[in-house]
Amino acid sequence: MNEPSPETTPAIEISQLTTRFGDHVVHADLDLLVHPTEIFALVGGSGSGKSTLLREIILLQQPASGSIKVLGVDLENISDPAALALRQRWGVMFQSGGLFGSLTIRENVGLPLREHSGLADPLIDEIADWKLAMTGLEPSVGAKYPSELSGGMMKRASLARALALDPELLFLDEPTAGLDPESAEEIDRLIKKLRDLFGLGIVIITHDLDLLWQVADRVGVLADGKMQGIGSMTELARLDHPAVRKFFDGPRGRAAQSGVK
Amino acid sequence: MTQTPATAASITRTKPLELALSGSWTVRGIGRIDSELETLAMPSGAAMVIDASRIDAFDSAGAWIVHKLLHRLHGASGQAEIRDLRPEFVRLLDVVGQEIAQQASTSPPDAVKPLNKLESLGRGTADALEQGVALLAFVGESSLALGGWIAHPARIRWRPILYNIRSAGFDALPIVGLLSFLLGVVVAYQGADQLRQYGANIFVADLVGLSMLREFAPLITAIIVAGRSGSAYAAQIGSMAVSEEIDAMRTIGIAPLEMLVLPKVIALFIALPLLTVFADVLGVFGGMIMARAQLAVSYPEFLDRFAKTVSVTAYLIGISKAPVFAAIIVTVGCFQGFRTHGGADSVGLQTTRSVVQSIFLVIVADALFSVAFSALDL
Repeated sequence: MNEPSPETTPAIEISQLTTRFGDHVVHADLDLLVHPTEIFALVGGSGSGKSTLLREIILLQQPASGSIKVLGVDLENISDPAALALRQRWGVMFQSGGLFGSLTIRENVGLPLREHSGLADPLIDEIADWKLAMTGLEPSVGAKYPSELSGGMMKRASLARALALDPELLFLDEPTAGLDPESAEEIDRLIKKLRDLFGLGIVIITHDLDLLWQVADRVGVLADGKMQGIGSMTELARLDHPAVRKFFDGPRGRAAQSGVK
Repeated sequence: MTQTPATAASITRTKPLELALSGSWTVRGIGRIDSELETLAMPSGAAMVIDASRIDAFDSAGAWIVHKLLHRLHGASGQAEIRDLRPEFVRLLDVVGQEIAQQASTSPPDAVKPLNKLESLGRGTADALEQGVALLAFVGESSLALGGWIAHPARIRWRPILYNIRSAGFDALPIVGLLSFLLGVVVAYQGADQLRQYGANIFVADLVGLSMLREFAPLITAIIVAGRSGSAYAAQIGSMAVSEEIDAMRTIGIAPLEMLVLPKVIALFIALPLLTVFADVLGVFGGMIMARAQLAVSYPEFLDRFAKTVSVTAYLIGISKAPVFAAIIVTVGCFQGFRTHGGADSVGLQTTRSVVQSIFLVIVADALFSVAFSALDL
């Protein structure tokens, strides 16, 4: 078999995925394809299994059956060294930051570099400062501890850490939840800028309608264990599925949509 | 950005004035290249050329290093040029260049100076004093809240009290029983040799009875409960403080002291003396078994002697310490819990502190009791 070229290897390829918690079926024969260098948003109501899907993609949880390929690597029966190598190729920003409380922000951002490269400490600090600046944080923030930061700053710092190793694929869990509109807009711009600069693929889990309209190339709606619709927001707006309609009907959906036009 | 198996980045001098870069200039490929660059001889006064055509992977860490190299060459010779870098890599290098220029223009944040010895001693003292005052305030607030409960018994929360009696008292029975039994065995065993030399075998009942009832049973019980429940109090309240549950409680109009502290105080006031009685019984039982095995003192003989020499006062003295120990354990555990702020780290730190301080204070209190009882001739 020929090695597929990186440009055409899908960022994520999921087929026939089934996940169960006891008797409760979370995903039933779910299929999903995320193209390289696209911004893909995953939406769905609470409890629809978005976070579970994300956890399965980033090797934190095992599905009951089905196959998941990330960056062309099959996650089923993946060996430990292969998993380690794969983990260095993506970055994850967790919803509540997931920053280590015992380390300063600069150390948090530099940690992946310190673990996985032989770079000298001063250089790592400089690169960490740059990543922090890239996410819009002041240089003075680097010396602080996570407990001293506001929610928005934590998200930015967490994003900076996710970017530390220049990942090919970036996962953002609710990047704008709990942010003021101005910070949320900056995150919108930041996500686009990152994609343009590094050409990375970005998978976002979100409820933020503005983020969906402004940033996402394609959106997948997850409901009843399956992807109910995948496409750009304008395409989805024409679909007539109840789970999809929820995102467009209702005052907030209409407001966000009219903001684009 | 594409995934290539990381061939190490390398730098070679192809001509006197030309450097060739090749391999993966990425986090995974760079390795120790920057120390190699440090030792690179810089020609002065001549223009250098960097041939970058064979760089096959480039990320921000690589770009950072290449930019620093260019910067140094500029500094040494006034001129340097990078050639044949792939267009997508050039863009990254430009971004890095802008960022480095910006970092250089903004002054670095003031480094935190390490404290000198005198200053850290002063700060340590001030912290200790502040903690002492805060502890006093906490005791005061808790006493006021307890007074409120006594004045208005309808406000007493029985359910958490019962729950705490079970978790701090009943659930601790096996470990308290086992350890005090072993302690009784050890005391009798250690005394056996000495007593046998004088043919004073029967005095083992005095030895075990007095030492267990007056000292060992209350102390071992308090230490076990401090380790078991005191730490749990600190960790529970601490993690609630971290996840804003305590603030939520205040907002809803529930006083955290009444919900979290007072039930524990009352529960331990009840449970610790009872546990001490249990420890008394098991400790003496342990000694009794040992007395028969080592000193041939039968059970009836032992109990007969025990009843004659060990007064009710000795028993009551032991029990009377338990409420004081209970107060220390609950106060320190809850106080350290409420002082938690920040994250998971802080919960661990405060829990450790609560155990260390409560065991320390229990032993100090026990020493004070000994002094007081001997002054009172008890």
